[in-house]
Amino acid sequence: MSAADTSWILTATALVLLMTLPGLGLFYAGLVQAKNVLSVLMHCIAIACLMSLVWVGGGYTLALTAGNDWIGGFSRIFLLGLDRDSVASGLPEALVVSFQMTFAIITPALMVGAFVERIRFGAVMLICALWLILVYVPVVHWVWGGGWLAKMGVIDFAGGIVVHVTAGVSALVIAVMLGARSGFPEKVLPPHAPWMVMVGASLLWVGWFGFNAGSALAANGNAAMAMLVTHISASTASIVWLVIEKLKFGKPSLVGFVTGTIAGLATITPASGTVGPLGGFALGLLGGVVCYFAVDLIKNRWKIDDSLDVLAVHGVGGATGTLALVLFAAPAIGGTGFAEGQTLLGQFGVQILGVGVTALWSIIATIAIVLVTRRLIGLRVTPDEETQGLDYAHHGETAYRL
Amino acid sequence: MKMIMAVIQPHRLDAVRDALEAINVHGLTASEVKGFGQQRGHKEIYRGAEYQINYVPKVKLEIVVADDILDDAVDAIQQAARQGRVGDGKIFVWDVETTIRIRTGESGEGAV
Repeated sequence: MSAADTSWILTATALVLLMTLPGLGLFYAGLVQAKNVLSVLMHCIAIACLMSLVWVGGGYTLALTAGNDWIGGFSRIFLLGLDRDSVASGLPEALVVSFQMTFAIITPALMVGAFVERIRFGAVMLICALWLILVYVPVVHWVWGGGWLAKMGVIDFAGGIVVHVTAGVSALVIAVMLGARSGFPEKVLPPHAPWMVMVGASLLWVGWFGFNAGSALAANGNAAMAMLVTHISASTASIVWLVIEKLKFGKPSLVGFVTGTIAGLATITPASGTVGPLGGFALGLLGGVVCYFAVDLIKNRWKIDDSLDVLAVHGVGGATGTLALVLFAAPAIGGTGFAEGQTLLGQFGVQILGVGVTALWSIIATIAIVLVTRRLIGLRVTPDEETQGLDYAHHGETAYRL
Repeated sequence: MKMIMAVIQPHRLDAVRDALEAINVHGLTASEVKGFGQQRGHKEIYRGAEYQINYVPKVKLEIVVADDILDDAVDAIQQAARQGRVGDGKIFVWDVETTIRIRTGESGEGAV
């Protein structure tokens, strides 16, 4: 164990928690109406706490301790046996538990964007708790815990498949089963505070350095390159959105700009340990364009109320990066290349399999989870509560008293 | 005494106040309001989706003046608020029965 590695991952853990609290909270809260601001912030912080407990209770052991190809073991159930001398992945095991816990927090929290302004608070809690165990934890084990995808050599450095595909696809399933906000799409009000969206996106951006560069699990050149390509991709995708909006509508908007930022960050996530600077630029370009048209397709053409575009920005971005990274892995452009004996096409096949099976499992398991939640708690607030706003109707508070 | 109610563009408020002070009208009440007239509203675009903004922010002014300066006051407001575009606003005038100063209890034009 090295003190340098330990200190960097301690820092990265704090950065990744910052992504959810308050980064994602502000990013989403600015996008909703003024009467639903507190409910969105409440979703984010309550998910953070509940997922932490589920993670230490059973999530960690099932995801990351030795088991079979599909799921981990029970050796650390309730973190039994974990002490100050425990070691995992060359780090104090308590740190690995914590670092991975911040990923287990933000992944279900990403889904909040799909069901804002109309879902019951209790339903959010139950859906996310079940989802963490049934969707997130198995996929972590498949990809990062020595499961079947890891054995096939899938490349997902920081969570294109594990985080963004699982959350994005499941978000769409929940949005469809929950139904659109009343008045969608004609009579829905625009974001109440675009400045807050920018502040939230900026915190996500900074936190993402911990997310991607921390995924090196070491303080080394791999971490440094991950941070650099992350920043290049985010900057590129932001400018892509700016240019598209300028050409299409004549005015580049702040909300559009920072949506591009998040698209670029999601796209580079799986690739950040594999590609070099040129790859970072290319993936930012690709992710920016693809996510822009995905938003248009899902929201404006399919008319599915994935309210804050979780699938289009996160899911599609993460999948795009996971598949396209094979094109930019060559050592000649700063990449790491593939494992010995692996070809570009062979790797591409593994990547497609990883994205496809993960998406399929996310759909099946999320449908079951939503059906159970509908039966036990109910999904939607009443039409009156929706009109009044969830802040007062469900939390007894008001965001702004001006 | 007359009540002047004017609905103007928010960014013309200071110009209107300056014009009124120049003719010795010291005092007005301003409120931030939303409404629509010929201007109808406008469109805003977020993530490629168009949102119709049906109510436009305006400032509503309420000013009570003595009869003899009514015309000057209305002219001052009209000229200071005017930009020559749809959405510049409107001015309404009606009679006021009386005015009472709360501090002293005096009433009539002297209390304005």
